[in-house]
Amino acid sequence: MKIIVCIKQVPDTTEVKLNPETGTLIREGVSSIINPDDKAGLEAALRLKDACGASVTALSMGPLQADVALREALAMGADDAVLISDRAFGGADTWATSSTIASAIRKIGGYDLIITGRQAIDGDTAQVGPQIAEHLGLPNVSYAEALEIEGDTVIVKRQFEDRYHMIQVKMPCLITALAELNEPRYMTPGGIADAYRNKEITMLTRADLDVEDQNIGLKGSPTRVFKSFTKAVKGKGTVVNLEGSEAAAWLVERMKEKFIL
Amino acid sequence: MNNQEYQGVFVFAEQVDGNIAGVTYELLGKGSELAATLNTEVTAVVLGSGIEGRANSLAQYGADRVIVADDPVLATYMTEPYVKVLTDIIRQNKPEIVLYGATAIGRDLAPRVSARVHTGLTADCTKLEIQEETGNLMMTRPAFGGNIMATILCPDHRPQMATVRPGVMMRMDPKAGAACKQEVYEPVNLAASKNVDILEIVKKVRKKMDIMDAKVLVAGGRGMGCKENFKLIEALAEALGGAVAASRAVVDAGWQEKEVQVGQTGKTVRPNLYLACGISGAIQHLAGMEESDLIIAINKDESAPIFEVADYGIVGDCCKVIPSLIQMLKELK
Repeated sequence: MKIIVCIKQVPDTTEVKLNPETGTLIREGVSSIINPDDKAGLEAALRLKDACGASVTALSMGPLQADVALREALAMGADDAVLISDRAFGGADTWATSSTIASAIRKIGGYDLIITGRQAIDGDTAQVGPQIAEHLGLPNVSYAEALEIEGDTVIVKRQFEDRYHMIQVKMPCLITALAELNEPRYMTPGGIADAYRNKEITMLTRADLDVEDQNIGLKGSPTRVFKSFTKAVKGKGTVVNLEGSEAAAWLVERMKEKFIL
Repeated sequence: MNNQEYQGVFVFAEQVDGNIAGVTYELLGKGSELAATLNTEVTAVVLGSGIEGRANSLAQYGADRVIVADDPVLATYMTEPYVKVLTDIIRQNKPEIVLYGATAIGRDLAPRVSARVHTGLTADCTKLEIQEETGNLMMTRPAFGGNIMATILCPDHRPQMATVRPGVMMRMDPKAGAACKQEVYEPVNLAASKNVDILEIVKKVRKKMDIMDAKVLVAGGRGMGCKENFKLIEALAEALGGAVAASRAVVDAGWQEKEVQVGQTGKTVRPNLYLACGISGAIQHLAGMEESDLIIAINKDESAPIFEVADYGIVGDCCKVIPSLIQMLKELK
């Protein structure tokens, strides 16, 4: 069985802070990580490798620095790694990104299962996984909380707000993983050495992919960022230093004024 | 693409077990505003099985027209049959805007539809408005975990599509007795598009009120110290006739269930009162509650970001303030 896992290198958004003076993002010193949902997807693939000898290919699209995320995937146990990187792919929205990744997956070929994370913490769209499946004409099951292989099918515990469905889907197919799926393993020292010394990352550039110019990059993106801005900060309220019953009495008065009580 | 061919605002009217999801009414409220600006109609599209008779409730909340696709295959959500039917309806009707709830269904359905009809999709919008000069839909959404906002356009593709998180838009006051045009879409050979099997459906037992419906929310964070202290939050919620909510840290620590989590990866709430106790106010948390009418925060740390959005703040110890507050509220009754 061959599994392709799509991973994205993202800034750790929990570390991103705003400069209160300028209202701009402070990106300095913010570390880059494998997106948490994607890492759970990678771990799920590695567990299938451990259990039934699947081969696992980690695939990422991004700038050359995304190499680090792929080395981490290799050090965790992925068999090989592919980086899609070219200026021609820059500025892509989810439509053009998924179209590019789908063409890379077509080129890699021979897969049974594609796993992506549900969503990336920098964009939070949850769109690229299902869109890749659509471009490849594969069934997809989103929001996987658990998965297992049965014959030529995958059985997925698919999360909804107030329930879950146990869904059986025939391979080849695409599954989007939730971070809740598992606790990803750590890289081993041997794995890290191996990832940097003995393994190669396959590069795919514009010339390697059979995809139309109008379906990649900024030009292939139906959506455009019109503007971005920081949220208008609400006027600061009244803050007092009070303890115990004095605090309680003050709050009761405020709630009465606002007709809560 | 000739944008002028595309007219009207469509709302995907999500149903589960035959019940229309609350976010649908919120989308109809916003859809009606957009349609009024564009001088066009709002159409609700509902897919399911045995769902006739839902049109009136949709009309009461703003739908001018309802398209119903009724088929046994559509009874329970499955990606491909839903994508097929909705794509057909979009191709036949050519709406200029399609709105979906950013739910576990909408966030699976809308991306595939967008890829299939080759148009853009903007996720988790918090603001939708029409650009005056062009008539294009301006879709504003948080990015970088809520740290910045981005306004997105889809200028050259139609329909313009967006998902909106539940609790973000306001529903309109229902118009009693409202009715609307109803059209039936007849799916053809839908069983052939079924490419998964649902083996089992397991519903989570909901013990408590949905925090999105509560008028008063008492929310606790890691600053409460321990699971035991969280009983104070429950007691205060009871004294105020409200419900208990929690920050992500509290849910991750196992003190509370995921269903009461507020924030970017939890729920978006806008109660009349949001009382945040021992919550520092990470941007991801604020994203889920800052639209609340009145925000009160109690926190030991005077530099906690929660005080930036609070109308009233107490710099103090929750474990001392809350018992006094409960006592005082009981005396008031």
